[in-house]
Amino acid sequence: MHHTLSVTVQDKPGVLARVASMCSLRGFNIRSLAVGPIHHAGLSKITLVVDDVEVEQVTKQLHKLVNILKVSELDPNESLEREVMLVRVSADPGTRREVRDTAEVFGATTIDVGANSVTFELCDHPQRLTDFLSLVAHYGVLDLVKSGRIAMARDGKAKTRSTAGEQ
Amino acid sequence: MTKMTGAEALIKSLEHEGVEVAFGVPGGAILPAYDPILDSPIRHVLARHEQGAGHMAEGYAHATGRVGVVIATSGPGATNIMTPLQDALMDSVPIVAITGQVSLSSMGNDAFQEAPTSGMAMHCTKHTFLVTDANEICEAVHQAFHLASTGRKGPVLIDIPKDLLATEVEWHEPAPVDLPGYKPSRGGHKRQIDRAIDLIMKARRPVLYVGGGIIAADASDQLLQFAEETNTPVTTTLMARGAFPDTHRLALGMPGMHGTYTAVTAMQRADLLVALGTRFDDRVTGDPATFAPNAKVIHVDIDPAEIGKVRNPEVPIVGDVGIILGQLGSELARRLTDGTLPDRSTWLETIAGWQAQHPLGYEQEPSGPVKAQYVVEQLLNATDGDAIVVSGVGQHQMWASQFWSFSKPRTWINSGGLGTMGFAVPAAIGAKVAVPDELVIAIDGDGSFQMTFQEMVTAAAEQVPIKVVLINNGGYGMVKQWQTLFYDRRYSAVELSLDVPNFPALAESCGWVGLAAETPDEIGPAIRKMLSVDDRPVLLEVRTDPEEMVFPMVPAGGSCDDIALGPEDL
Ligand SMILES: Cc1ncc(C[n+]2csc(CCOP(=O)(O)OP(=O)(O)O)c2C)c(N)n1
Ligand SMILES: [Mg+2]
Repeated sequence: MHHTLSVTVQDKPGVLARVASMCSLRGFNIRSLAVGPIHHAGLSKITLVVDDVEVEQVTKQLHKLVNILKVSELDPNESLEREVMLVRVSADPGTRREVRDTAEVFGATTIDVGANSVTFELCDHPQRLTDFLSLVAHYGVLDLVKSGRIAMARDGKAKTRSTAGEQ
Repeated sequence: MTKMTGAEALIKSLEHEGVEVAFGVPGGAILPAYDPILDSPIRHVLARHEQGAGHMAEGYAHATGRVGVVIATSGPGATNIMTPLQDALMDSVPIVAITGQVSLSSMGNDAFQEAPTSGMAMHCTKHTFLVTDANEICEAVHQAFHLASTGRKGPVLIDIPKDLLATEVEWHEPAPVDLPGYKPSRGGHKRQIDRAIDLIMKARRPVLYVGGGIIAADASDQLLQFAEETNTPVTTTLMARGAFPDTHRLALGMPGMHGTYTAVTAMQRADLLVALGTRFDDRVTGDPATFAPNAKVIHVDIDPAEIGKVRNPEVPIVGDVGIILGQLGSELARRLTDGTLPDRSTWLETIAGWQAQHPLGYEQEPSGPVKAQYVVEQLLNATDGDAIVVSGVGQHQMWASQFWSFSKPRTWINSGGLGTMGFAVPAAIGAKVAVPDELVIAIDGDGSFQMTFQEMVTAAAEQVPIKVVLINNGGYGMVKQWQTLFYDRRYSAVELSLDVPNFPALAESCGWVGLAAETPDEIGPAIRKMLSVDDRPVLLEVRTDPEEMVFPMVPAGGSCDDIALGPEDL
């Protein structure tokens, strides 16, 4: 099990370093971390996926960082989660068709074709990425990169564990 | 608006925060800031090592509750203050550190005396600022003082590149602090206050477990009132000594690894712990799974992250412990109009029985080696307890805490959380600078003293007449104690020479008065002689029994149920 936290931060030097190293120093294992600016100037959102630890402690320790404005835990059933993956699959002219058929079922886009490989881009729920990968695994995965998970609550479903300074 | 350099703006900003004194050591990157100091009413105390300067700032803050200031240069100056920063973080001491940094354009190039100061300090401060625009200096200082002195207090560092100190800026009144991610709570949640009083109204064996937060919140008076109104015994942790008078009928003394039998046992038997400004440190709880097993817990703390970190409380209350004690008091008064507290006389009698049966003790033979505990008691008698006691780290620290009788807050200054040897001399200097009319006595160990004793020179040069009672047991007594008890008396790297250095001569060479005492009957007169000097710092070396051990003792990670009263119990 893991927990997905959505963390709103001020864009200040070192804020990412503070989050990452606070987690590692306190023994909270980060599975994935993605960050980018949001629609309010000067603010960014970090989507943090941590292993099944005392999520309450993670949340509270995050709140102690002065540049962190808000921490919400996202319930997987009540949130929208996405991850982008680029994967290069081994495919000679004989298997290329098959591989691309599988990709099509998943809605993956072919973004590069080489003599012995095809490269796909897939942006979907993390579970779909895993499913796709397991189907193409036996052709041979030559290269793989994932963006880290981003997530937001479904409309009206935000579950805020705690807001700064409050109980 | 006045134009000035970044350095002038920095010093003016410090003045604006009410800073009277700063402790520091100059150097290349911070040089521009040392020029306007010459024209400032701020007193600069030149330490002999930045670690010393940092502990002086802590001593100043401990003694007054005000923010202590330490200034250091980049590189080695900055790395030298990491110990005091972490020390201040662990003990929630409000200090602001200002470090010079290499010029912005050189940063990241391994420039001369470059160190990743803000990166290093990130983990041992409450917050760090790396100033990248000279116009931000005023705000950074203002925010740093706000962060250090509010909420859970602690150290804040401001790192300023040298070129920004030389840049021309407009001095302006800093904008009001606007930190949307930082909103410490003050009052406690009404519903939790009610639930806390529900528990207090039912408890038959309650204990107030009090930590340094009471002192940080200046809430000793509220604590006394609440303890008396609820007729509840009080244990004060190492950080809270002085928060509650030791002579009070409800005082149990210190809990934990070297706490009193009564304090430790009362918590083990309690049906309710009211934890006030304290963090269930492992030196208090021993094995947390067996700590206070029958107690429900009300945990009051300003830092929400402390609540549930070690022990899940039945009632969590986040906020300022002084305000919350007031809220608890009012709710209690309301309930008492048509209810009564349970009779606690049996509980208090049981406690009195433990106190009578297992008081703290030691044996001083008239012609035997001097016991450090005896020295502490003699010092207490000679001063009537009217002094600020500062300590190093080790056995002498535990004996000072155990055998001194504290009657007011801010009279006990030590390094609790980090256990930093070398803390005493510089912290005593900082305290004495802050409250020059008080008698400030460091009870230090020979090992701890040797970690920062160059600050004796600072005390002499700056005319800060502190007193040091040096408990010379010829080594690292506390480490030796563990080797005696847990390593089959195989002594490894714990012996220091009794004779080298010659401590009184060393003190004299630093401009101090140096005294020595070796036998029990010399102690009293030597202490009186020490106390009679008040125009110079004085060191009194006392040779004490190297075999003496600190008891009671709850071995690290052990259960508080297994508290040992002597080596035979281990
Ligand atoms: C900076 C630092 N280094 C090492 C230690 C580990 N340590 C804890 S107590 C102690 C011995 C202290 O010796 P001394 O100051 O003479 O006190 P005593 O126990 O002899 O009273 C040591 C080495 C420490 N606490 N701090
Ligand atoms: Mg010693």
